[in-house]
Amino acid sequence: MTQAVATHEPPRSFIRRYIFSTDHKVIGLQYLFLAMAAVTIGIVLSIYMRLRLAWPTERWPLLAKLFPQAMAGGTISPEFYLSLVTMHGTIMIFFVLTTAPLGGFGNYFLPIQVGAHDMAFPVLNMLSFWVTLAGFLVLLAAFFVSGGAPISGWTAYAPLSAVGEIAGPGLGMGQNLWIVSIALFCIASLLGALNFITTTLNLRTKGMSMTRLPLTVWAWFTTAVLALLAFPVLLAGGILLLLDRVAGTSFFIPEGLIVSDKILPHKGGSPLLWQHLFWFFGHPEVYIAILPGMGITSHVLSTFARKPIFGYRAMVAAIFAIGLLGFLVWGHHMFVSGMSPYSAIAFSLLTLSIGVPSAIKTFNWLATLYKAQIRFTVPMLFALGFVSIFVTGGLSGIILGQTSLDIPMHDTYFVVAHFHLIMGVAAIFGIFAGTYYWFPKMFGRMMNDALGKLHFWLTFIGVYAIFIPMHILGIAGHPRRYAETAGFDFLAPLQPIHVFITIAALITAAAQLLFFFNFFWSIWKGRRAEINPWRATTLEWTIPSPPPHDNFGPQVPVVHHGPYEYSVPGAAEDYILQTAPPTAVKS
Amino acid sequence: MAKTIPSLADIETITIGSRPPGRPDDGGRGGEQRPPGLPEGGYRLAMLFALASISMLFLGFTSAYIVRQGLGEDWRPFSPPSILWANTALLLISSATLHRARSLLRREAIRESLRWLSITTLLGLLFLAGQYEAWRRLAAQGIYLSTNPHSSFFYLLTAAHGAHLLGGLLALAYLTWRGWRRQLLLMGTPDHLKRYGALVGTVALYWHFMDGLWVYLFILLFLWR
Repeated sequence: MTQAVATHEPPRSFIRRYIFSTDHKVIGLQYLFLAMAAVTIGIVLSIYMRLRLAWPTERWPLLAKLFPQAMAGGTISPEFYLSLVTMHGTIMIFFVLTTAPLGGFGNYFLPIQVGAHDMAFPVLNMLSFWVTLAGFLVLLAAFFVSGGAPISGWTAYAPLSAVGEIAGPGLGMGQNLWIVSIALFCIASLLGALNFITTTLNLRTKGMSMTRLPLTVWAWFTTAVLALLAFPVLLAGGILLLLDRVAGTSFFIPEGLIVSDKILPHKGGSPLLWQHLFWFFGHPEVYIAILPGMGITSHVLSTFARKPIFGYRAMVAAIFAIGLLGFLVWGHHMFVSGMSPYSAIAFSLLTLSIGVPSAIKTFNWLATLYKAQIRFTVPMLFALGFVSIFVTGGLSGIILGQTSLDIPMHDTYFVVAHFHLIMGVAAIFGIFAGTYYWFPKMFGRMMNDALGKLHFWLTFIGVYAIFIPMHILGIAGHPRRYAETAGFDFLAPLQPIHVFITIAALITAAAQLLFFFNFFWSIWKGRRAEINPWRATTLEWTIPSPPPHDNFGPQVPVVHHGPYEYSVPGAAEDYILQTAPPTAVKS
Repeated sequence: MAKTIPSLADIETITIGSRPPGRPDDGGRGGEQRPPGLPEGGYRLAMLFALASISMLFLGFTSAYIVRQGLGEDWRPFSPPSILWANTALLLISSATLHRARSLLRREAIRESLRWLSITTLLGLLFLAGQYEAWRRLAAQGIYLSTNPHSSFFYLLTAAHGAHLLGGLLALAYLTWRGWRRQLLLMGTPDHLKRYGALVGTVALYWHFMDGLWVYLFILLFLWR
């Protein structure tokens, strides 16, 4: 009996093919473009903040055109500054760092790398994207409602986030929209995660055993498991918060709270409860953002070092260990909350123990590079940059993981520097590495090499110029989230550092225009790419660029080799495709 | 539409449907006996993970419940309205009827199986109606969402459970409807029956879980101190 469904034709109508598509590749690109739109907005918001910090008294009538009400008079009020902090953080963490590496690259390449024709549940996959987009639009709407965007930060700490408009602008409708947006994002992520997990476990092609999966797939798989278990807890917290706000319950609002000279009717709730629920999700979220970057980095390093990844099994174990420990350390975000010193010690020890799997990964990357004939392509540069920034950001994590050091530093720029490097910039470098690496596969053309290298060096130096001085600000005791430092004499000598950081940020942001230009120009005008321009081994490099609708056509690939068989002695070339016949290596 | 990619000529592929017997070096569990499209096993696997996710949602609520209970003197639990016992019984019976429907389906007694499936759907509907009635009776006693933290959690947890159960109910109703409508077709081809059976099995997994979840919530809200 022959199977009549061996191929599925692409849908013919434009809408089914490019808009409401169930093709994992189209959905992956939709996620990537959504992340591009989001990151542009996120960067613009951060520029507003940097200008305010560097030149607090300046007026910016031109910038005020974007926010005519919030920036009446051309200045950024301290309240609006907090709105910017909230929206920058929320947009970047959810709609860029979670969306691009997992929703974007994961959707596009996970099915191909395991040898599947599509995700396990294509319709759920489509829904997942559209719900994410709805969440994004709801979040942006917060800028345009009365009171504007919320000022409670991406962590939305109660009771500030729970008591409503009385506590400040943006805490009315803006905060409600924020909660709804995050709830939508949670649901979308759950749908996506189910697809990733089922596809990895169930749709692998013949011969693709778990130990032959590329490390990218392992990273996406682990990330999906984290998302599956972490987002529901945020959803639970979000529902409780919304009820406190609109239904008069008292989950997070304590008794006798006085806001703006009024005693609130709520009683008995616990603001700390929100922190626990939030960070139980929030810490795994850090790994949801960074693990795909680790996978991509491992993949790219091995490809361009022309060497097998050092310690494949150790790498898989380390990814899992990081994921598991990620669920046990949420308390380290709450050392200053007044928690019992005994639990603080437990959280601190567990936190420091994450250093072990992280070091395993780092040393394995270095060992992969050791004595390699490295090809310094643009994706390789970004992967190397990832390692550099991961180490830099990780080292300050060891400092902050200790209660005695965290307590004085917690509310300073030291933490801002730490989490931007380890979570933001490192993950972004992973995204860049992935973009430059897979662009030829996704669009059938190469990105410009010279522009890419210029983009790398400006960004690499730029991010260090931005975030290293922030460590110094933090050690000097500069508090974070303050719009201005006018009343604090001890901060006055630090102002030149703010100016330096802002100039570095402007240059780094401008350098991203090079990337956007390179990206869109290359889609239409780039040099045509071969099927396998990097001479890599995994399955996506065995099919045309861009891949056809059903990836492998009527045939399924059969895998005979591991994912990183580079420079195998006795082989005809310095790489062996996973689908090469077992006889490719002559013993 | 068979595509051949020139540079791949030397790479071994196999065509679905006319596959040679398994190779010695197949390297592990792959897509060997799997037809393209959605494998039935995928439903069950995805459902198990979805249930893990739903468990985390209710674990989040539970931890909030325990913390909040330990906090204030304003925690005044009320005893369960008697209708909740009846609702619990209905839901437990619905699990049994669904189990019966499944085993009949396995024996290809399709008409009988669909009858039990319909009864299950009806019981689920009655449970939800009963939960709504419990809300109404509590409201009549003056116990609302914001009255005290215990009532807040009662309404929240019953609503969250009800919403999830409603999803299962819709799936059951759809499967029942589809079963009756395409009954002949079902009996006609073993493939359809197998697929249908897998769907019913997956929904049953969800339904039994919702049943167990309700028992857990009932104990948490009223029996556990």
